[in-house]
Amino acid sequence: MSADTHDSAKAYRDYLMGFIFSVILTVIPFYFVMTGAISDTNTVIAIVVVMGAIQVLVHVYYFLHVTVSAEDGWQAMSLLFSAILLVIILAGSIWVISHLHENMMPAHEQIERVRNLP
Amino acid sequence: MAASIASPAPEGGYEFYVTEDPHAHDGHHDGDDHEHHHETGTMLGFWIYLMSDCLIFGILFAVYAVLGQSYAAGPAPIDLFELDKIAWATAWLLLSSITYGFAMIKMHEDKKNMMMFWLVVTGVFGLAFLYMSIEEFMHLWHIGAGPGESAFLSAFWTLVGTHGLHVTCGALWLVILLIQVQMHGLTHENKRRISCLSLFWHFLDLIWIGVFSYVYLIGVLL
Repeated sequence: MSADTHDSAKAYRDYLMGFIFSVILTVIPFYFVMTGAISDTNTVIAIVVVMGAIQVLVHVYYFLHVTVSAEDGWQAMSLLFSAILLVIILAGSIWVISHLHENMMPAHEQIERVRNLP
Repeated sequence: MAASIASPAPEGGYEFYVTEDPHAHDGHHDGDDHEHHHETGTMLGFWIYLMSDCLIFGILFAVYAVLGQSYAAGPAPIDLFELDKIAWATAWLLLSSITYGFAMIKMHEDKKNMMMFWLVVTGVFGLAFLYMSIEEFMHLWHIGAGPGESAFLSAFWTLVGTHGLHVTCGALWLVILLIQVQMHGLTHENKRRISCLSLFWHFLDLIWIGVFSYVYLIGVLL
C-alpha cells in the first residue's frame, strides 16, 4: 500500500507539473498575440511556434507518459516514425505548393490576357 | 488467472480474458490492480491507431497550410476569430485533461466513486469545450462564413470540425464508460477501456495545441 500511495503522489506531481507547464506555455502565446506587446509579427510567430512545440513535448511526456522503455520502446518508436512522416508531409506540401504558387501567373495578369484574346 | 495476468504474454501481442470473473468487482484483490499501465498489447494497438489518427490531422494541417491564405475575397482569420473565446475553449480542454489524469490515478487506486467523479468532471469540461466550438461554428455559419465560401474556410471547417468530431466521440465514449463502470465495476476490461480513452483524450488536447497555435494565433497574425 505504501508503494501505491508513493506512486499516486508521483503521478499527481507529474500531472500537476504537466498542467502548470501547459498553462504557462498557453498563456504566453495568447498574451503576446492578444495584446500585441511585440510589434514585430515574425517574432510573435516564432514565440507561438516554439511555445506550441514545447507544449506538445510536455503533453507527450507528462500526460501520454511516453518513455523510451514503455512497451519495449515500441511506443516511442511509433511516435518517432509518425513524427518523421508528419515532417515529410507538412514540410513537403508547404515547400512544393509554395513553389507551384510562385510559378503561377498572378490573377490580374490572367484577367488581362483573357481580355486581350482575339 | 492472476498469474497469467501478472506475467505478460511472451510475444507481447495477445490478450485473452475469456475467463473474466463476473464478480471480480466486489473484491479488490483480483490480481490485476498492479498491472502496468502499458502492459497489454491492446494499449500498444490503440497507441498505433492514435498515431494513424495523428497522420490524418497532419494531412489536414498540411491542407490548411497550403490553402489557409486563399480567401477568395472572403473573410480572413482576423475578421472571424475571437481569441478570448478560443482561450476559454483551450482552458476547458486543458482542465479536462488534468481531471482525466486524476481519474486515472483514482482508477489505479481502485477508488471507483472518486474515479467516476473525476470522469464526470472531465465530461463537463469536455462539453464546455464542445459548446464553445459549436457556438463558434454556428456564428460563422450565420455571418456567411460557411465551408463553401473560400479555400481557407473549407480547410478551416475540415480541420477544426474533425477535431470537434473527435472530441464528440470521446465524450460519447466517456458516457458509455461511465455506464459500464456503474454496471460492472472496475473490472480489468473497464480499466483497459478507461486507459485507452485516457490516451485518446490527452491526444485530442495535444492536437488542439496545434490548432490554436497555428490556425487561430498565427492565423490572426498573418
